[in-house]
Amino acid sequence: MDTFQETIFKLKRYWSDRGCIIQEPYDVEVGAGTMCPETFLRVLGAQPYRVAYIQPSRRPADGRYGDNPNRLYKHQQLQVILKPSPNDVLDLYLGSLEAIGIDLKLHDLKFEEDNWQSPTLGAWGIGWQVMMDGLEITQFTYFQQCGGIDLDLVPAEITYGIERLVAFLQGKSSVYEIDWTPQVKYADVRHAEELQHSVYNFEMADIGALWQLFEIHEKECQRLIDAYKSYAEKKRFPVLAAYDQVLKCSNIFNLLDARGAISVTERVGVIGRVRKLAVGVAHLWVDQSAVEEIVQ
Amino acid sequence: MSALPLLIEIGSEEIPDGMIASAVVQFREMTEKMLAEQNLGGQIRLADGTPRRIALIVDGVLDRQPDRVDLVMGPPVSAAFKDGKPTGAALGFAKKNGVDAADLRTEKTEKGEYVAVLKKVAGETAAAILAAQIPLIILKISFPKTMYWTGKNGPRFIRPIRWLVAVHGDQVIDFELAGVRSGNVTQGHRRFGAGALSVSASDYEQKLGSNGVIVSSSGRRQRILDGIAAEVGTLSANIDAALLETLVYLTEYPTPVLGWIDKDYLSLPKEVLVTVMRYHQKYFSVSLRDGKLAPVFIAVMNMPGNDPDQRVRTGNSSVLRARFNDARFFWEFDQRKTLADRVSDLGSVTFQEKLGSYLDKTNRMLAIVKELGGNEAAARATTLCKCDLTTEMVKEFTELQGVVGGLYARAQGEPEAVAQAIYDHYKPASMEDSIPSTAEGRMVALADKIDTLRGCFGIGLIPTGSKDPFALRRAAQGVVKILVEAKLPYSLSAIAAGNSALGDFFLDRVRYYFKEVRGFAYDEVNAVLAAGSDDLNDVEQRLIAIRDVRPTADFEPLAASFKRIQNILRQANVAGVHEVKPALLEAGPEADLNKAFDTLRVDVAAKRQSKDYLAALAAIASLRPAVDRFFDKVLVNAKEEDVRQNRLALLSSLLTEFSSIADFSEIVTGS
Repeated sequence: MDTFQETIFKLKRYWSDRGCIIQEPYDVEVGAGTMCPETFLRVLGAQPYRVAYIQPSRRPADGRYGDNPNRLYKHQQLQVILKPSPNDVLDLYLGSLEAIGIDLKLHDLKFEEDNWQSPTLGAWGIGWQVMMDGLEITQFTYFQQCGGIDLDLVPAEITYGIERLVAFLQGKSSVYEIDWTPQVKYADVRHAEELQHSVYNFEMADIGALWQLFEIHEKECQRLIDAYKSYAEKKRFPVLAAYDQVLKCSNIFNLLDARGAISVTERVGVIGRVRKLAVGVAHLWVDQSAVEEIVQ
Repeated sequence: MSALPLLIEIGSEEIPDGMIASAVVQFREMTEKMLAEQNLGGQIRLADGTPRRIALIVDGVLDRQPDRVDLVMGPPVSAAFKDGKPTGAALGFAKKNGVDAADLRTEKTEKGEYVAVLKKVAGETAAAILAAQIPLIILKISFPKTMYWTGKNGPRFIRPIRWLVAVHGDQVIDFELAGVRSGNVTQGHRRFGAGALSVSASDYEQKLGSNGVIVSSSGRRQRILDGIAAEVGTLSANIDAALLETLVYLTEYPTPVLGWIDKDYLSLPKEVLVTVMRYHQKYFSVSLRDGKLAPVFIAVMNMPGNDPDQRVRTGNSSVLRARFNDARFFWEFDQRKTLADRVSDLGSVTFQEKLGSYLDKTNRMLAIVKELGGNEAAARATTLCKCDLTTEMVKEFTELQGVVGGLYARAQGEPEAVAQAIYDHYKPASMEDSIPSTAEGRMVALADKIDTLRGCFGIGLIPTGSKDPFALRRAAQGVVKILVEAKLPYSLSAIAAGNSALGDFFLDRVRYYFKEVRGFAYDEVNAVLAAGSDDLNDVEQRLIAIRDVRPTADFEPLAASFKRIQNILRQANVAGVHEVKPALLEAGPEADLNKAFDTLRVDVAAKRQSKDYLAALAAIASLRPAVDRFFDKVLVNAKEEDVRQNRLALLSSLLTEFSSIADFSEIVTGS
């Protein structure tokens, strides 16, 4: 039986063997691997790209104080982007399951419609949640639009929820019982983090301070977006730094949401503010990429 | 020329379950239409689909169109011949059609004489026609939401097309679509079939059958039902029809398996457990003999075999345990704040931009409850009924709104009448659903729907065509159903509160309800509504009376006479009731009719007053012989103007007096 980390190694090796760059996690808080620049920005434009990486993803509202066997504040996603998607992409995906020891003849597998969309990112796609024995183990999406821009090449995004997948493989009824290594349990590594962040997110986060932070990052991002047009040497322009500000806003929004500080009425408005930034940066990125091609 | 079977299969990545049946129908109909238009014949043998394929087999498709003779029209004779000789126009026309000028013939048309040729057209081969037509048809199948996958501006379909089978007899119909070349090779089940399998119309189903695919949707349905029966034994599975359809189209080879529920979780409300199973896991719940939930469930696998080492059963069971654990978390978390303490939170939940928050809605609903004379429990339930929108449970399981509020109210010690009213207030969810079970529940349900209707109509949000985002039809239908089935005395016009568009909208719903739901004949409904539609209980009683009296011998002929009376009055421009002067009545049929009418009207009025509509109608019907004799022997259009006016007055009194139960002229009669 493979450990948590062994499974990750195998998946990375599998996708590396299929032409993916193996990236490391992005170092700004994100709610999903999709939000990393390696996905959100790289899927734009006509440049083929293949990448895979683990991304710890923070979802403050999903925190359960370390009590729930299957729901986590922070979970690890393995994110794969194949741009453009090859014709045999689903076979490749099934191959990855076999690579981590799943006998596809002994388990039930269904592709259930699930069209991913992220209003905050102005992004959506068509796809499925992949269900194994009733458990959602993967989100599969053909991206159609990102940052409000129709995509030239249609990338396939494969997102594995690693904790669920490994709990399933190891036959554990709780993610906390997962063997991270033969000697160390998942709980040993992560339980304190789940508990403490749940306490912070639900009980102690300072709403006023979070709003201030949100506004600071929003302002900084907008300042950069506005500065692009008159900036002379486009390829030096810090589009990627502007995008980090978008991610900061998105994470703070999620914290405020979990804290119950955003009313349903306000929610739509705040999502719209983050989307405006995300769409703005996406357009800069496309524009800047085009400039670079001419320069070269 | 020979007739051969045609097999077409669109091989796709997994198509959403709800869209397959409709795609199959569209594909079949468009193909049938195309074959007919192309004179290729054919009868459908199979039209079905699974998540990965939409398949069609048509028997007896000709391998080429029959030759035919077309009449091709040319220039007018006057321009085609000069002095008996063909002109340049005629020669050009003949040449274009490959004949000599001598072969031109003359055709007479409405516009004059024209030259024409009979042109033999050789039929095209089916291979050429089908290769051109099939890809067009495939891309014409409409889906609610499509995608592109070969790149921007590429073809759109529901999911990527990965293979195409098109075989006529043993010949491949050759075409390309979205970069996929057609052939005779299909794929079996993703995990239990061959990746490449050559097929023809004769072995298609059988070959796929031995490669893990039951092509027939009814075959899959039956396999699920049989499998469930075998798994549950003496227990009874709750077969939800919509879930069954979902699973039929989510699988290529369905096999039901039984899983287990930890008894601990059975203390959660049944509604929550069933919703988690039904909607979130697509499991069938199972009941014990006493109706309580059994500690087992049924999952349907997409594979053959029976899970001998119980991996799938165990896996599904542990997933369900985690789901139930979540539900329990929500339940406990939500109890930290009572519904009563959540009322002010509704201020920040938008109902509709112009109509304000759910707190605003709640306050308007309270006013309506007052208007309708609701009691204290109804008012309390109204105050609390929307509060569950702020709970984690409803955020997770939106389909349980109302139900969760009711369960929480009960758990938080609200009176039973309040809890039940909250629980039921979204009812009826459809025409098949029942109305709320208590008077308070009906009151809250009415107030909720009436507020939504008045509010939306007030700001011009009136449903058009299929667009009805606030489900106003369902709301109005619910009001009608509650008023009729609970025999509530509220006036429809009072509920519409002077909004004529809303009044008409209600009338449509009333018509729909009595016709489609209750099965009354459309002309009876029209007749009854024409005599008043404000009190729906009265409408119902009058309808029942009409339906019951209709088969009696005198009724329809009398209805025909009433129609005749109405026509006579319309032609004579008679409106309103005029006094009948007995002195002007002619002895015989006319005086007899007046006498019969005089006798009857008192009787009918009394019966109508006491709402004994059937007796009243029977009494009216008894007038038939007198009416018949009158029309037989008496000329309404008498020469003397005063006699004529008097006869019209008699008829109009008769019509008016007896049209207050139903407008008989609306009854469609054989005569």
